[in-house]
Formats: sequence, C-alpha cells, structure tokens
Amino acid sequence: MNTSLLVPLEAYLTVAALLFCIGVWGLINSRNAVRVLMSIELMLNGVNINLMAFSSYLDGYEIRGQVYAIFVITVAAAEAAVGLAILLSLYRNRDTVDMEQFNLLRW
Amino acid sequence: MPPIAELTELIVFVFLASAVVIGALGVVLLPNIVYAAFLLGGVFLAVAGLYLMLNASFIAAAQVLIYVGAVNVLILFAIMLVNKKEAMAASPGTGLRRILSSAVCVGLLILLLRVAFTTPWALPGPAPIGEDAVIRLGEHFFSDYLLPFELASVLLLMAMIGAIVLARRDVFSTDVGTGEAVDQALIEKARSPLLVGKNINQKPLETNP
Repeated sequence: MNTSLLVPLEAYLTVAALLFCIGVWGLINSRNAVRVLMSIELMLNGVNINLMAFSSYLDGYEIRGQVYAIFVITVAAAEAAVGLAILLSLYRNRDTVDMEQFNLLRW
Repeated sequence: MPPIAELTELIVFVFLASAVVIGALGVVLLPNIVYAAFLLGGVFLAVAGLYLMLNASFIAAAQVLIYVGAVNVLILFAIMLVNKKEAMAASPGTGLRRILSSAVCVGLLILLLRVAFTTPWALPGPAPIGEDAVIRLGEHFFSDYLLPFELASVLLLMAMIGAIVLARRDVFSTDVGTGEAVDQALIEKARSPLLVGKNINQKPLETNP
C-alpha cells in the first residue's frame, strides 16, 4: 500500500484550505448562532483533513497526524456540546438566536 | 493511460472533494437551517471518505460515529429546540461586511494555497502502514501521548458536566425573599433590565409571593 501518484498532496491541502475559508466566511457572516457553530465544525474538519494528508503522505510510518486528529475530534465534540448548551441558555434568556442581539458585553 | 486503480482513486477523490466543497457552501449559504444541518452531515460523511483514501480507516469510522452520529444529531436537536421563525432585523453595514469578509477569506485562501504549492514537501515519505494504523495509534496513546490522552478524558468529563449545568432548566433552589422555588432564566429576565433588549417582545414576569 503506497500513496497515490495521481492525487498529489497539494490536492488534499487545497480541499482543506477551501473548507477552512468557507468556515471562516460563515463564522463572520452568519446571523443564526447555530450556523456559527456549524461553521466552526467546518473549520475543524478542514484542519483535520490537513493533518490526515500530512500523516499519510509524509509520516506514513509514525502516523502522528492521526493521533492529533483524534485529539482534535475529541475537542470538537466537547466544544459542540458546551457551545450548544451555551446557545440554549442564551436563547432562554434573550428569546432569540440572532447574533446581532447578543451585545450584552459590547461596550 | 494510468492504471485503473489510480484512475478510480482520482475519480473518487474528485467526487468527494466536490461533495465537501459544495456541501460546505450549502451549509453556509442556504437560508433554511435544517437543510444546512443535513448538508453538514453530508460534508462529514464525505470527509470520512477522504480519510479512507488517506489510509486511515479507524479515523474514518470515528468521524462517522462522532461527527455524524453525535455532533450532527446534537446540532439538529439544538435547531429543534430554538427553531423560531423570526424575521431578523437588517443590521447596518451588512453589504460592506460581506465584501470585506469575502476579501479576507479569499486572501487567506490564496495565502494557504501559496504555502501549499511552494513549500518543498519531503515527498515521497515512508510508505503508509495501512491497516496496522490502529495498532500504531494504540502504541502512541499508551506511550508517548499518554498525558494528552488522559487529559482528553478529563476534558470530556468537564464538557459533559458543564453542558448539563448550562443547559438544565430547573434550578433546585429557593428564592431568598419569597421562599419559592425559582427558575433561573425567568428571574434573570425579570430583575435585570440589562438582559432584555428593547426590540424583544418580553412578557413581564408576574412574581406573586
């Protein structure tokens, strides 16, 4: 089993960069708080694709990238749980999920 | 003409990569958030397919179990719990913000692509170990990555307790003044006007002692 010759490493890096940038754009422009959390998940997946591509192409024997990807997935699951709990608490207090109205700590 | 296996790999990669990118665009751009959540599940599945192509079957299975099975379902539950049709008031400067953020994101994309295509990667690396990856992962977790592994378990426990504390509705405590059981959210709405926006329709809380 060896790495592919037709699909280069840069192809995976391109997909990961696209996914990360789409996530950043959604993070900035979303009005719905749930969509902001979904954008964060997209960014984390982009980072994970990078880690896995490097692990397979450059570090195929020690696969440290896969170890890091496991940790990223763990942190992402914890982040999703706590983020959605915070979102529910916010919705109960403010009766909205509009990001523009969460301005309690803004000057 | 390349061999048939590599040609198949190329076709599968193009299919999965386009599914990831188009699905991510749909997640960000679709107006209906329920469709966006289901598309997010599709993106997670396509990313798991990319992991399979990168000789990481264990991570692909973990991705399907954790992301599609847990995180996506959690997001769908959150959508069901807060799904209120509200016409969001137009905020000033939305167009300018979109243009500026698009410029920033395209610039970031160009920077990342330039780094990816100009760096001389040490290719070809050692041959991937394929299906022995699970054994190697276990060796890593219980030798040189033991401390982060244990810290991850503590982090998950903290996240679980924190999510329960943050999201539960009932606070089993009594009000000091009235001696009645209080609901935390309603008390906050009634007593602190900071928490009440001026364009939110609030029903005032009747506190009858």
